[in-house]
Amino acid sequence: MTNLQVDKDPRVIDVAIVGAGPAGMTAAMYASRAGLEVAMFERIAPGGQLAQTEHLENYPGYAQSTSGFELAMSMHEQASIFGAKLVGEEVLSVDFSVEPKRIDTAFGEYRARSVIVATGARPTRLGLPLEAELQGRGVSYCATCDGNFFRGVDVVVIGGGNTAAADALYLSRICNKVYVVHRRDQLKATAIYHKRLADIENIEFVWNSEVVKFLAEDGFLEAVRVRDKVSGEERDISCNACFVAIGTTPNTEFLAGALQLDQTGYIFADEQGRTAIPGVYAAGDVRQKELRQVVTAVADGANCAEAAAEYLHE
Amino acid sequence: MSVVLSSEEFNAKVLNGTGKVLIDFFATWCGPCRMIAPFIEEIAEEKAGEVEVYKIDIDQSPDIARQFGIRGVPTLMVFEDGKPVSQMVGAQPKAQILQMLG
Repeated sequence: MTNLQVDKDPRVIDVAIVGAGPAGMTAAMYASRAGLEVAMFERIAPGGQLAQTEHLENYPGYAQSTSGFELAMSMHEQASIFGAKLVGEEVLSVDFSVEPKRIDTAFGEYRARSVIVATGARPTRLGLPLEAELQGRGVSYCATCDGNFFRGVDVVVIGGGNTAAADALYLSRICNKVYVVHRRDQLKATAIYHKRLADIENIEFVWNSEVVKFLAEDGFLEAVRVRDKVSGEERDISCNACFVAIGTTPNTEFLAGALQLDQTGYIFADEQGRTAIPGVYAAGDVRQKELRQVVTAVADGANCAEAAAEYLHE
Repeated sequence: MSVVLSSEEFNAKVLNGTGKVLIDFFATWCGPCRMIAPFIEEIAEEKAGEVEVYKIDIDQSPDIARQFGIRGVPTLMVFEDGKPVSQMVGAQPKAQILQMLG
């Protein structure tokens, strides 16, 4: 990655994009291609959640499936070709009540005529004791990152959505046994996963149940305590790893009231990505929407870039 | 910066070494590892002479990963005079990695 530092002096950026995942990178590509000066602010590196997706089999145009990391790098390259710059700084706070709008990072103050918030979401933590201490010691939020450490042993996946289903599928090829602990009596994941998972011998579903405790020995996960929500009974499932896939939490804390959020922290925005503040947009997983996928994130990014371009030409 | 392959090399350069050492336990197939790889290279250059930086491919050197109970990548560990002093799991901003180095 080349961090092209934007001049920090009074220069004003046309479009500041917060977050360089699929939504942000697509917005950057569209806006820079429209001739606007674009800077993407990213706390870690471009790619977002996409970069840690093993492969995508439902991204249009890739019939043979594609690696999430490769697709993310290609999106970044494409945005760069049209002149979008990457600023490797985390946005800590914003002020949308001033013109041009203000963005503060740990390294300085930036001003932008329009802002696209595309900070995405992160895996939700269970909030159980020991969870943080055991991360990297058995508790994981990324099956494709950590699955290989658990070759031939028993693991638990918590959740019933698409991420949990994909994780269980991936882990079933590596691990001895995969328990899928879900609080309902069937998966919430897309239909295609139901049969696929049911057909795999080393996957066992633990329905109507939740993990209530992590049990550790010598600092490593040894088992999880599971409570059956119907009978109220508890039992321990011994496992070397537990993959938590219970949904995502939006990265909107930095906004601190600058934009209107729904009860779970997602940004309210219309179809074009417009928030209640003129010149401020929201794209991708961070906005309120029904379907959070790479394909909907990139569509959001394009819409927001167009809306921002229109706003700036007024 | 270099990739350490053998336990002998690791013992000699890290465990029996002096000063500050940053170890990046990574895997070639891990997205977040690839995301932070450029930072590790930059830090190795910027902190040359101050911090020794080594990368350990956990598939090539499973014994070293096992020795330190590594069960997730990327895991970053800082050693001082051969002793592990801090550890972080998962992709981290460059600023946070620098902070860990003190």
